Amino acid sequence: MSTNLSKSDGAGDTPQATLPQDAQPAAEGAVTAVDPRLLVREEGFAGYWGEFRRKMRSGELGSLPVVVGLVIIGLVFQLQDSAFLGAENLSNLFVTAAGTGLIAVGIVFVLILGEIDLSVGSVSGLAAAVFAVLNVNNGMPEWLALVLAILSGALVGALHGFFFARIGVPAFVVTLAGLLGWNGLMLEVLGSNGTINLDDSGLVAGLTNHYFSDVAAAYGLATLSVVAFFALSFRDARRREAAGVPSRPLSEIVLRTAAIAVPAYVVAWLFNEYKGLPLAVVIFLGVVVALDFVLRRTPYGRKVFALGGSVEAARRAGINVSAIRISVFALSGTMAALGGMFLASQINAANQSSGAGSLLMNAIAAAVIGGTSLFGGRGKTWSALLGVLVIQSIASGMALLGIASAVQYMITGAVLLAAVVIDSVSRKTQKTAGRA
Amino acid sequence: MMHVSATPVLALRGISKRFGAVQALTDVELEIHPGEVVALVGDNGAGKSTLVKTIAGVGPADEGVIEWEGKPVTVDRPHAAQELGIATVYQDLALCDNLDVVGNLFLGREIVRAGVLDEVEMERRARELLSTLSIRIPSVRIPIASLSGGQRQTVAIARSLLGEPKVVILDEPTAALGVEQTAQVLDLVERLRERGLGVILISHNMADVKAVADRVAVLRLGRNNGTFDVRATSQEEIISAITGATDNAVTRRKARTAEGEK
Repeated sequence: MSTNLSKSDGAGDTPQATLPQDAQPAAEGAVTAVDPRLLVREEGFAGYWGEFRRKMRSGELGSLPVVVGLVIIGLVFQLQDSAFLGAENLSNLFVTAAGTGLIAVGIVFVLILGEIDLSVGSVSGLAAAVFAVLNVNNGMPEWLALVLAILSGALVGALHGFFFARIGVPAFVVTLAGLLGWNGLMLEVLGSNGTINLDDSGLVAGLTNHYFSDVAAAYGLATLSVVAFFALSFRDARRREAAGVPSRPLSEIVLRTAAIAVPAYVVAWLFNEYKGLPLAVVIFLGVVVALDFVLRRTPYGRKVFALGGSVEAARRAGINVSAIRISVFALSGTMAALGGMFLASQINAANQSSGAGSLLMNAIAAAVIGGTSLFGGRGKTWSALLGVLVIQSIASGMALLGIASAVQYMITGAVLLAAVVIDSVSRKTQKTAGRA
Repeated sequence: MMHVSATPVLALRGISKRFGAVQALTDVELEIHPGEVVALVGDNGAGKSTLVKTIAGVGPADEGVIEWEGKPVTVDRPHAAQELGIATVYQDLALCDNLDVVGNLFLGREIVRAGVLDEVEMERRARELLSTLSIRIPSVRIPIASLSGGQRQTVAIARSLLGEPKVVILDEPTAALGVEQTAQVLDLVERLRERGLGVILISHNMADVKAVADRVAVLRLGRNNGTFDVRATSQEEIISAITGATDNAVTRRKARTAEGEK
């Protein structure tokens, strides 16, 4: 009878739960807060290896595909031309990568939100034009012109963010309008001349042609990074131990530090073989580290990730969704402007093709190739560094071999596609493995 | 089992709410005492969600008084409700799939040390909270996406407890859960009661209501349609209060079945 009643009522359709007769003792019996199905990681190296294999199987590839890709690219070009892995070529490769890489760091933030910024190329060109006009044509001091140019990028980005967050226009459309509009404004700002040459020995020129030629500079930076990494990891592990939460064993910290130390010293040695530690690389690395810190260690970064995961959940948690969105687009604009200064510095001029061509695609491709998901919610600033190295290696290798840009575009396109395929497949595997 | 004190922690007096031409709530009364689970039941459209929204500060009432520990208060924003000590767990949970359990528990109220997230402290407190609630989760450092529906529900409830609320509103916590997970969530509801919290449990599932609730408040067409002591009331009585007892599909069917049996 009761089933009849609840069925006609429409309310009791859900399968009725058979409750434990004595819910009270059952609750007390559950005090052991460890799920018996939990796979506990073994201590030491065996555990590390086991964890690594489990991650690979469940699709948490992390930076592995891009590192493997870099090694393959290096080997292939080295076999074709032995100058590829030489100090001069690699040093130049790092310096030319800085501009696009800085833009890609901004893109990483936007991608974590699950959005896209198509205007970064035009914004970088606009910033270069603003700087050139203020400094060269109007005689403003370089530092002031530089600050104003970068501020203009921030302002433009905030404007995109405003239209997206407050008015509700899709970011794709807003920034597509920006792509065209800011390019037009740049041409307007440059005036009839079309090209403004910058001061050869000025601040902006120095961004990409200044090298710390003292051998100690490169090795010092490498040592500082390695020591800082070890010290911070060690301190974190000690704090975790003291608080009674799981911590990394010392052996793992040493292993990780070694994994960072090897490339750091190899790259430092390479720089010293050529002209020394490039200023561009120092700034680029500094920005990547600083923004990585912001993203992973500050409440602001946590909010950015939360928005990428679920906008509604973020809103209910009291996060000011519009403010975060506007700030992320402002950051993207700022990074685009900063990157634009490096690109202008390379050619020592602002001209009509600044920020045009494949720059936008390269910046987005760099972020994605490096492992930042196009679907939002996952990403690291380091992926901009790794990704831009892949893109720049291909460009540099092809240039070295004298391959036409037509082929370059096709190969870069194929690499981007491969990266997105890896992203999609690893996401699917993670879903089936219950990790996404 | 029940430690019901004289003053209710939360009391609604004569709550009314209109949406345009629809009178969604008329003179609704509801009292929640500390350490008491009150089931709020009613058919679809009876006004349960509207009533919860007035308490949670999402959609303030047009008329009527909300009393908090005996004193009238205004709850016009979600924030005001949270400050009083009213926590709401909505049906869609509102968790971020990409963040881990710790990140979700502390979302919007992160513990910060010198401007930097204090992950160690948050993890320690998360483990403490989950173990006092006997919540079983593989690890507090795995993304929410890897948890089952029941585990997500328990995380969402645990999260509502971080602000030290006195009243917790659970909107259909066991809908879409399996047998085992439902039992876990009901265990958790009982633990909330043991901690002296007032719980408003919205549910369509009479078995759940009978299992954990102390009292059942029935809403029908935006009005109170009786408050019952669960132990002294049969499931049929509650259902007839939900549907309107005298002439409706249920009683007609009852009569028909009775005739058929003759």
